[in-house]
Amino acid sequence: MASASETRHIEGRLDISTRESLHAGDAILYTGTVYTARDAAHARFVAALDRGEILPFDIDGAIIYYAGPAPAQPGQVIGSCGPTSSYRMDPFAPRLLDLGLAAMIGKGIRSPEVVEAIRRNKAVYFAAIGGAAAVIAQSVRSAEVIAYEDLGTEAVRKLEVVEMPLTVAIDSTGANIYEIGPKAYLGSHSEENR
Amino acid sequence: MGIRTIHASVITEAVAAMCIEANCVLPQDVLAYLKQCRDEEPWQVARETLDVIIQNDELAASAKVPLCQDTGMACIFIAVGQDVHIEGGLLEDAVNAGARKGYTQGYLRKSMVADPLRRENTKTNEPALITTRIVAGDSIHIALAPKGGGAENMGRIGMLKPADGVEGVKKFVFEALRQAGPNPCPPTVVGVGIGGNFDHVADLAKRALVRPFSMPNPDPFYAKLEQELLEEVNKLGIGPAGFGGKTTAIAVHIEQMATHIACLPVAVNLNCHAARHAEVTL
Ligand code: SF4
Repeated sequence: MASASETRHIEGRLDISTRESLHAGDAILYTGTVYTARDAAHARFVAALDRGEILPFDIDGAIIYYAGPAPAQPGQVIGSCGPTSSYRMDPFAPRLLDLGLAAMIGKGIRSPEVVEAIRRNKAVYFAAIGGAAAVIAQSVRSAEVIAYEDLGTEAVRKLEVVEMPLTVAIDSTGANIYEIGPKAYLGSHSEENR
Repeated sequence: MGIRTIHASVITEAVAAMCIEANCVLPQDVLAYLKQCRDEEPWQVARETLDVIIQNDELAASAKVPLCQDTGMACIFIAVGQDVHIEGGLLEDAVNAGARKGYTQGYLRKSMVADPLRRENTKTNEPALITTRIVAGDSIHIALAPKGGGAENMGRIGMLKPADGVEGVKKFVFEALRQAGPNPCPPTVVGVGIGGNFDHVADLAKRALVRPFSMPNPDPFYAKLEQELLEEVNKLGIGPAGFGGKTTAIAVHIEQMATHIACLPVAVNLNCHAARHAEVTL
């Protein structure tokens, strides 16, 4: 697993070859555009698609960040802004992945259906450290509400981020840090005790 | 003893100040435990993750910004001395006004929806979730625990059989943590309620979370069980953020009470590493 010293910098659009070069457990710093959307926004996305409407941003190649930031204090671009639990977006994610969604950022486990959709589309699921919201907010350079303003913190925001610290949680092959990580630790641990 | 009068506005101001303080400054004892866990963590990725968490908490305290964007539901435990008279408004109104003021003026996130199925945000973070008890004395004690949704969603209640005993309780807690995995933002504080009935056991588990870290259960039997459970849980390997490691939980707190001859209720309420808490005596 990558330590801080091996951290890879990744910028801009995540094309398929970049996605395929990422492996579960890799630590990366991402610079580029991400869109925040969580429970309520996802429900609206799917309702819009059902009505044959387009989404508030181009989903093809996009990165969605499962987050609902705290309000910005005077002088801040955005308030504290860490990830929310991703599993709640599982009912919506496969449909968005099939429309070209390149990556999701969140925290925690995903359903088998989402893992399968990640594999099918060679997408990536990144984890940000839950609760490290003040640190993560420092990597946000601009934030703009682009849809569903009435949802308050759940509105869709376009964020420009610089060196946002992320870990590859599920890679394009379906390998999963939440399985690999604990297993590796427990393995090393039992060897020590032998 | 005479009756002491406390004005509702004093309660409002105290709650408002606590909402802001609790969301920006992690209690010293929690931070000290996190640092100790970091020093004792044998796994490198886990140490690095804990470093980021500690860095985050120190940054939040010095910049006076929320340490987590989920500034939670305002869970408020009030102990009202029975020799207190509250003047100038209702207790619950005063507390809710305080939560509204704190969450608005403190730039805290408003995370409450007015109705569980129709889900419209109240935009003020009201209502607070208030539990009130009448106690002896002429003061009011208020404890506030902002509680994020991620950790709250991983809670569970089990109505065990008395024959399940200590082993049954241990298994239940272990399973709750295993299934929660990375979702509640480990390392967690594990609140365990044992006894009472279906509703009281949940209250016990939540109260266990606001107990100071330096205070083990006063009953040595339960203090030992707390230690055993912590060791068990930290064999899961989930680790900080679920990336693997020893530190899955920072502490296990148990609160217990009497129960029925047929019952062994158990509740697990998890708090994330952002185990925020503030209290005041008026
Ligand atoms: S579980 Fe706690 S640390 Fe994690 S996002 Fe929720 S409030 Fe923040």
